[in-house]
Amino acid sequence: MNKILSINNLQKKYYTKNDEILAIKNLSFELYEGEFISIVGPSGCGKSTLLNILTNIDKLTKGNITYYKDNIKFGYMLQSDSMLDWKTIWENVILGLDIKKIKTKENLEYVDKLLKTYGLDEFKNNYPKELSGGMRQRVALIRTLALKPDILVLDEPFSKLDYQSGLKVSDDVYKIIKQEKKTAIMVTHDLAQAISLSDRVITLSKRPCTIKNIYKINRDKNLSPIENRKDKNFSYYYDLLWKDLADEE
Amino acid sequence: MKSKEYINYLKKLKRKKVFILSMQILILLLFIILWEVLSNKKIINPFLFSSPSKILTTIKQLYFNYHLITHILTTLEEIIIAFVLGMVLSFIMAILLYEFKTFNKIVDPYLTMLNSLPKVALGPLIIIIVGANTKSIIVMALLINLIVGIMSIYNGFNNVDSDLIMLFKTFKASRFDTLRKLIIPASVKSIISSLKLNISMTLIGLLPPVGENILSNKYCSKY
Repeated sequence: MNKILSINNLQKKYYTKNDEILAIKNLSFELYEGEFISIVGPSGCGKSTLLNILTNIDKLTKGNITYYKDNIKFGYMLQSDSMLDWKTIWENVILGLDIKKIKTKENLEYVDKLLKTYGLDEFKNNYPKELSGGMRQRVALIRTLALKPDILVLDEPFSKLDYQSGLKVSDDVYKIIKQEKKTAIMVTHDLAQAISLSDRVITLSKRPCTIKNIYKINRDKNLSPIENRKDKNFSYYYDLLWKDLADEE
Repeated sequence: MKSKEYINYLKKLKRKKVFILSMQILILLLFIILWEVLSNKKIINPFLFSSPSKILTTIKQLYFNYHLITHILTTLEEIIIAFVLGMVLSFIMAILLYEFKTFNKIVDPYLTMLNSLPKVALGPLIIIIVGANTKSIIVMALLINLIVGIMSIYNGFNNVDSDLIMLFKTFKASRFDTLRKLIIPASVKSIISSLKLNISMTLIGLLPPVGENILSNKYCSKY
């Protein structure tokens, strides 16, 4: 596998009226093409900040990020499905294309194909309120994929769904990401979800944030996340992650 | 094919709607009748409270002898001008306040002051500045509806879901696009409620004892 980017000695400081806050002390890791990586850590440890820096919404204070491909595009998927409820599903899905002014015939056809492939075609003219939470999450993923990103960035993407839909949608989303051959980096607080979806899991310390461990998850490659939960090593990894986080509380 | 139960359910809904409407009309009729009777029997002072029949005769009289329509049109024109102007100005002002935070901080104390000011007290001043004509009535109405309009539209802008704003950030949307495609359409509800507020505020500004009272010559409130 080829490296797609590496983060080297990244540091992030925040300034408020009364204080200077060191959010991220020192972070270094690499991301490989086609890989699914998860980041877990105590709440408030700067996981979302890391994603914002990666996608250029926030600036880093020290360190650098090396990209091994030109013009790497990021697709950001947020915690809530963030649908504009006055627009139809179709208008929501092409929102990114519309804002970036790249509503070309080719791009629109690609979106159409995605909707058809993932069973959302018949809801094109419906409004977000008429869809279930899980379906909206899938729409949100297609909205992100519409921009043809190289790396998908997922910020606790299933945390607002109920447990069962969360399981189901994470299965669907995983399948879509693998089929479209995307690289993905996900922040989550759900350890089981991190293990069942990822190739590698990074555990972070509490603020100021550093890397505690990076675990490579070994298992049979072609199974779905739900089946991965039955893997014989699942509880072993769960214990490892749990210990890392429990130390931090 | 609708089931029998469903048809019954729909009928029930319709009956309820008819009931509500007829009750509303009934209350209005009762009010007018009660007013008329009480006034006739002198239980309430007919000089102070008048009565529906007297109001009708007066309207008829005004219509035939004093060009009531001209006066109504004049007032209506003032309402429309003050209302439209008020809406447009408060919309523009709310956008400026939302987009330029420093400007917002600078003018904030002045807006608060203007809002708490009893604007009616400024009536005579406005007449001196603008002149004793329709203009000063419109200025008066504007003064009253503008601040409330700005505040309610601006609050609507501020209440837009922060997740949606984040979404636009992830698309690297420009400020103008964020405003045009997110902030304004997401605040339609608060803009409409501000429209409603604005109508009543405009009327307060125009009608006695405010605008037209100060210079009543060709206006509705004369009567």
